[in-house]
Amino acid sequence: MDIIKTNTTIDFMARRKIALILSAILIVLSVFSLTTRGLNFGLDFTGGTLIEVSYPTAPDLGNVRSALTDAGYVGFTVQTFGTARDIVARIPADAAAEEGADISTDVLAAMATVDQGMDMRRVEFVGPQIGEELAEQGGLALLYVLFGILLYVSFRFQWRFAVGAVAALVHDVLIVVGLISLFQMEFDLTVVAAILAVIGYSLNDTIVVYDRLRENFRVKRKGTPVELANLSVNQMLSRTLMTSVTTMLVLIALFYFGGEIIHSFAYTLIMGVVVGTYSSIFIASTAAIALGVSKQDLMPVEKEGADQPDVEVIPERFRSS
Amino acid sequence: MNRYPAWKYVLLVIVLAMGAIYAMPNLFGENPAVQISSARGFELDPALEDVVSDALDQADMAHQGVDKLPERMLVRFENSDQQLRAADLIRETLGDGYVVALNLAPATPNWLSMLGAEPMVLGLDLQGGVHFLMEVDMDAARRGQLERFVDDMRNILRDERIRYRSVRTDGETLLAELRTAEDREQALTIFTRELPELELETTEANETFNVIGTVLPEVLLELQQTALQQNITTLRSRVNELGVAEPIIQQQGADRIVVQLPGVQDTAEAKNILGKTATLEYRAVDEQNDPFEAQRTGRIPPTSKLYSDRDGNPILLSRQLIASGDQLTNATASFDQNDGSPSVVVNLDPQGARSMLDFTNENVGNRMAVVFIEQRPETRMVDGEEVRESRRVEEVISVAVVREPFGRTFQTTGLDSSREASQLALLLRAGALAAPVEIIEERTVGPSLGQDNIDQGFRSVIIGFVLVLVLMAVYYKVFGLVANVALTVNLILVVALLSMLGATLTLPGIAGIVLTVGMAVDANVLIFERIREELRLGNTPQAAIKSGYGKAFSTIADANVTTLIAAMVLFMFGTGPVKGFAVTLSLGIVTSMFTAILGTRALINLIYGGRKRVQKLAI
Repeated sequence: MDIIKTNTTIDFMARRKIALILSAILIVLSVFSLTTRGLNFGLDFTGGTLIEVSYPTAPDLGNVRSALTDAGYVGFTVQTFGTARDIVARIPADAAAEEGADISTDVLAAMATVDQGMDMRRVEFVGPQIGEELAEQGGLALLYVLFGILLYVSFRFQWRFAVGAVAALVHDVLIVVGLISLFQMEFDLTVVAAILAVIGYSLNDTIVVYDRLRENFRVKRKGTPVELANLSVNQMLSRTLMTSVTTMLVLIALFYFGGEIIHSFAYTLIMGVVVGTYSSIFIASTAAIALGVSKQDLMPVEKEGADQPDVEVIPERFRSS
Repeated sequence: MNRYPAWKYVLLVIVLAMGAIYAMPNLFGENPAVQISSARGFELDPALEDVVSDALDQADMAHQGVDKLPERMLVRFENSDQQLRAADLIRETLGDGYVVALNLAPATPNWLSMLGAEPMVLGLDLQGGVHFLMEVDMDAARRGQLERFVDDMRNILRDERIRYRSVRTDGETLLAELRTAEDREQALTIFTRELPELELETTEANETFNVIGTVLPEVLLELQQTALQQNITTLRSRVNELGVAEPIIQQQGADRIVVQLPGVQDTAEAKNILGKTATLEYRAVDEQNDPFEAQRTGRIPPTSKLYSDRDGNPILLSRQLIASGDQLTNATASFDQNDGSPSVVVNLDPQGARSMLDFTNENVGNRMAVVFIEQRPETRMVDGEEVRESRRVEEVISVAVVREPFGRTFQTTGLDSSREASQLALLLRAGALAAPVEIIEERTVGPSLGQDNIDQGFRSVIIGFVLVLVLMAVYYKVFGLVANVALTVNLILVVALLSMLGATLTLPGIAGIVLTVGMAVDANVLIFERIREELRLGNTPQAAIKSGYGKAFSTIADANVTTLIAAMVLFMFGTGPVKGFAVTLSLGIVTSMFTAILGTRALINLIYGGRKRVQKLAI
C-alpha cells in the first residue's frame, strides 16, 4: 500500500515561485502580527502568580472575580481551564497586594471564600528576576541550536546546504511564532521547548532531502541542479509524508488526550510539523540551489581543483536574485 | 545472502534482556511505608532497626521488611491502615529526635533490587508537591560581613589604645581615619597581623591619615559559599520538621537553593516553616547547686534554669546569656592541634567575642553549655483529628569546661568521634544567623492534578503508540510488523535507561517519549522506502534489503545527529521540566538508532536472509 503514487514526478522546483510567494506572505503576516499584536507571554517570562483550582460545582466567574477584588487585587484575570469547574486566576507581578511568594497563599484563601469545597490544583509563582533570565536563556538556546546546526551541516555537507538548512529553520520558527502571536496563544517555557523540538524535526526532514540531493549529485551524470533537486524531493516524498503522518498521529494523541497543560506544547508542534514538512519540500532545496550548490561542491574531495569557483556551471536563471 | 553473525544476535538478546530487567521495576507499584530519619539529618544508628522491630512486634503489628539507607529507614506495610497505626506507634517510641513520615516504597522484588533495578522517580508534576526556588540575599551577607570587619577594626584600635577619628564602610571597602602618621603605621601593622582577610593600603586625606581595607575576593567567595551552605543546612533541618518523605534541597547556581517537597500541599505551612530560624545560646553552668536535687525537689535557684542534656540528665544553667546564635559567624569540625582529637572550631563576632572573653577570664575551670532553641511544629492525633501546633524546644547540645580565657575564636574538644564533631558543627551553624532568603519561584501541583497528569500522560502515550503500530503494519506489512517490534523494544529501552539513570519522570518527559515514538519509526520509514525503491529499480529482494539498509544508514545518522544537537542545547539551557523533555528525547533518538537499524535488520535477516530464493518481499 502506498499513500502516494510511486515514482512521482511532480515539478516542485517549477512551483517554487508560488511557494516563495506563499512563504513571503506567511512571513510578512508573522512579522506584522509580532510587531502589532506581539506575543502573549506566559507567567514564565512575565513573572506573576497563576493559581488553578477546581470547584465542586461550576462557580460564577463574577463571584470569583469579586472575591479577588475584595482581597485587594487589580489587573488579574479569571478564566475557566478545560472544564467549567476548573478556574485559573492569573495575577500579574506588579498588581499584587502581598509581597512575593505569600500572594499564592492569600489568593487561595480568597478563592476558597467562593466555595469551601475548593480543591487546589496548581500554583505557580515566578519572581520578576526569574522571568528575565528565562527569556534570555530561551533566546540564547535558539541561537546556539541554529549555530550548532550551521557548523554540523557545513562539516558534513557544504556551507551552502548549511545556510539553506538554517534559512529553512528560520522560516519555520518565524512562521510558527507568528501563528502563535496571531492566535494569541500563551507563550511559555513549554512552547519554547516545542519550538526547539520543531527545529529538530524540520531539520531532520531537510537533512534527509539534502542527503539524497548529495547522492544524486554524485551518482547521476546528467541533469541540472534544479532537475536533480526535483528528483531528490520526489524520491523522498513518500518518506517525508509518512514520517509526518506518524509524528502527527502521536501529536494528535497528545493534543486530545494529554490534558490541558500539554495543549500549547502539542499545538505548537503540530503547526511546526506542517510548516517543517512544507519547508523541507519547497524551501530547503530551493534555498540551497539558489545559493549555487553544484556537482563540484559535493564530489568527494580531490587533491586539485576541489575549491574551484563553481559559478560557471549554474545556468544564469538559477542564480540567486 | 543477508545473514548476521551470531555475536550480533547475542548482543541484541543481551541488550533486550538488560532493558527488560531495568524497565521491569516500573510494573510493580508501591507499598505503603513509614520512613524514619534523624530530625537533624544525621546518619541513623544501626541499632535503630531492632528498636523499631521490637516495638512493632510488641504491639503485634506485622511489617513486611525494612529497607535501610545511611540516612533513612523504610518500614513496609501491607496496607495504609497498618501504615498509619504503625507511624503513630513509631513516633511515640522514638520521640523528638526522629522524623517519622508516611511514604511509598517501591515494591520492587528483591532479586531486581539486587541488580540495582529501581523504578523511575515521578516528578512533582506527577505525584503532586511543592517546588520552591529560593535566593540568598548575598548583598545582605556581604554588608553584614563588612560591618563585622568595621567592628573588628574598631575593637583592635581601642584595645591597642590607638586614637582614631572614624572607622566605617565606604562602598565596598573599609575606611579607618587616623589622626597621625605614626598612629597609622601602628594600626597598619596590627591590622595586617590580626585581619589577614583584608588587603590593606594607606592613603592621605585632607586632615586624616587613612587605612583602606578591601576584603580579599577569595574571602568573599568563601563567605558566599558559607552563607549558601548555612542556609541549605538550616532549610534541611526545617524540612525534616515537616516530615516530608523524600525532600530535595540543592544548590543551584551561585546563590540559589531549590527545595522540592513531594506530597506537601499546605504551602502556607511549608513557607512558614522554611522562613523560620532557629537560634542558640551560650550559657554558664550553675556549679553552685545540684541539678539532681533541683529536679527532685522542684526547687530551682532563681538565677538558674533547669535543662536536660542530650543523655537526659538534668543540668542547671545560669539565666545570664554569654553569647547568642546571631553572634556566631562560623563553626567547623576540625581536629585538635595538640592531640589530634576531634573538635569544633567556633568563630564569634566582636560583640560576642568581647562578652565571651569577659566570661572566660573569670571562669577558667568552670563549665559552659550551648542551648539550641527552635520552634518545632508538631502534628498530633487528638480524638482522631490532626492538630498542628508549634512548641518551643530547648535542648542542651554541648557542655564543655573552659580551659583558658578566649574570645573571637575557640575550639570545643573532648568529643567522642569526628562524626560527633561534624554533628555539633552542623547544629551550631543551623542556629547561627544566615543571610536572608527569599522565595523567587513557587510551583505547586495538587494531588488531583498530579494523578490527572499521570493518567492523561500514559493514555496519550498508549493511544499514539497504537496508532503508529497500526499504520506501520498496514503500510509496510511484514516489514511494518518488524518495525513495530523494534518500536516496542525502543520504548522498553527508553524506560529502562530512564530508570537506570535515576531520572525523574515529568509530564514534559512523557511528551518526549510520545514524540520519540513518532520519530523513532522515521529510521524504519527511510530504510523501507529505500528498499521499495531498490525493488522498483529491478533489484532482487535480497540485494534490495542489503542496499536499502546500507544506503539509508548515513541519512539516518545525519538526521539524528542534528536532532541530538537540538536536544542537547535544550538540556543545557532548559530548567526542570524542559530538561526532562530533552533527556527523554535524546535517549529516544539514541535507542531508536539501535533498534531501528540493528534490531529490524536482525529480524529481517531471520525472516528472509536464510532463504535461497525470495520471490517477493511483503513491504
